[in-house]
Amino acid sequence: MAAADDMKFQEFDDAANLLAANPDATTISIDEPVEIPKNQHSHLQEPGREEDDELLGTNDSDKTELLAGQKKSAPFWTFDYYQTFFDVDTYQVLDRIKGSVFPVPGKNFVRLYIRSNPDLYGPFWICATLVFTIAVSGNLSNFFIHLGKPTYHYVPEFRKVSIAATTIYAYAWLVPLALWGFLMWRNSKVMNIVSYSFLEIVCVYGYSLFIYIPTAILWIIPQEVVRWVLMIFSLCLSGSVLVMTFWPAVRDDNRRVALVTVGTIVLLHALLSVGCLAYFFDAPEVEVPAPIIPAQNGTVITKS
Amino acid sequence: FPGLTDVSISEDIPVEGEITVPVGSHSPDEDFSTLDEPVRDTIMRDLKAVGKKFVHVMYPKKSSALLRDWDLWGPLVLCVSLALMLQGGSADSRDDGGPQFAEVFVIIWFGAVVITLNSKLLGGTISFFQSLCVLGYCVLPLTVAMLVCRLVLLAGSGTISFVIRLIVVIAMFGWSTLASTAFLADSQPPNRKALVVYPIFLFYFVISWMILTFTPQ
Repeated sequence: MAAADDMKFQEFDDAANLLAANPDATTISIDEPVEIPKNQHSHLQEPGREEDDELLGTNDSDKTELLAGQKKSAPFWTFDYYQTFFDVDTYQVLDRIKGSVFPVPGKNFVRLYIRSNPDLYGPFWICATLVFTIAVSGNLSNFFIHLGKPTYHYVPEFRKVSIAATTIYAYAWLVPLALWGFLMWRNSKVMNIVSYSFLEIVCVYGYSLFIYIPTAILWIIPQEVVRWVLMIFSLCLSGSVLVMTFWPAVRDDNRRVALVTVGTIVLLHALLSVGCLAYFFDAPEVEVPAPIIPAQNGTVITKS
Repeated sequence: FPGLTDVSISEDIPVEGEITVPVGSHSPDEDFSTLDEPVRDTIMRDLKAVGKKFVHVMYPKKSSALLRDWDLWGPLVLCVSLALMLQGGSADSRDDGGPQFAEVFVIIWFGAVVITLNSKLLGGTISFFQSLCVLGYCVLPLTVAMLVCRLVLLAGSGTISFVIRLIVVIAMFGWSTLASTAFLADSQPPNRKALVVYPIFLFYFVISWMILTFTPQ
């Protein structure tokens, strides 16, 4: 053994020499994770999932997950941590609103628009706008419905603002919390290809409530049929955004659990809109033609 | 120190000065000490500052006086007077009436804080209290609108008075929003201005709604 050889970096030489000396020895090679080529991933999955990868955008999900890991590095008690949740521009917010109002069938809202940049601006201010829109529209519609009556005295009904605020904010923040906990629990039992962070779920719920703002304004129209048609229409639009987001997350699970989960999501959404319509908007009076009742003593009494 | 061996102070340059520290009327703190002035001067100075800011709000030019010397006296006075004027609305039960005093107070201050936090989180460069100051002072046109509405309602509460009140409230709402936007929008990055202006719009819209729906007994 020469001294000069001892100083040289001999790692590969040693391995090759040792392997040549003992060909049957077990070898361990350590690769870095990012060097695994993409086609190895797809070989491991079933062939039916390939179109889902395209729809879900998992082609760049590795990159976005790396970027997301680098982004939120400030500790949670500093102001900068919360500033990362407001890192959106005007056009991004408008794009996300557009994506919630016009859901493209088959495209996932989270993967398409959120892309690991969930924001809290949209959910918070959409909820605030919805609270005041429902309260103001309800007040206006009650005013127009009761307008002609002599016994009616207009009241601003300001209490309803606090009730509306509690309801809408509880729905937009507690239901995502429950759903996120449920998905995490199922995720530990069943291997899912899709899992959402809590903020992404809050984002989806917040933006899906946007369609109710014009709906609430149009609910001023005092016709029952119009109101129910509007409600079903907006429920379908926002419900489809939610369903298309969460169906890939529970699809791998037990069939019944998946259906019950998606059904509960839609049911809660429907309950919110029906409840708001029933509580904040009085039923418009239906004009009933007065039936004529012949009385015993010959006089005619009309029932109005 | 070799270089200093030939330095010497020549005899004909006088060296003089005072060693004792002067006490009494020559200390530099005298100009900033306001402890000895009459109380009237102190109050008048603050009142003049508040009044100057009111004038800046009514004629919003891009001056930095409102931002630089912020104070919260003006917003407090405006908020209290607006909340007081919104009392006395009629209601069959307490639940159906207009906003209570505490509700108006909370809406104005909590709303201003939330808007300030929002603009700071979006990357604004304005400080917390400066933003509160601007938002509070820009409630002035709406307070004037409330005063006008109450005077109009003394005359009658028919359709004409409603139309007058509607026009006045809409005009003052526009004035408030434009005034506060003129002061606050410059401190935002340009691609997020609309995100900051919209909550201000919502804030003044809610206050205008409270003013417009005020019905007396």
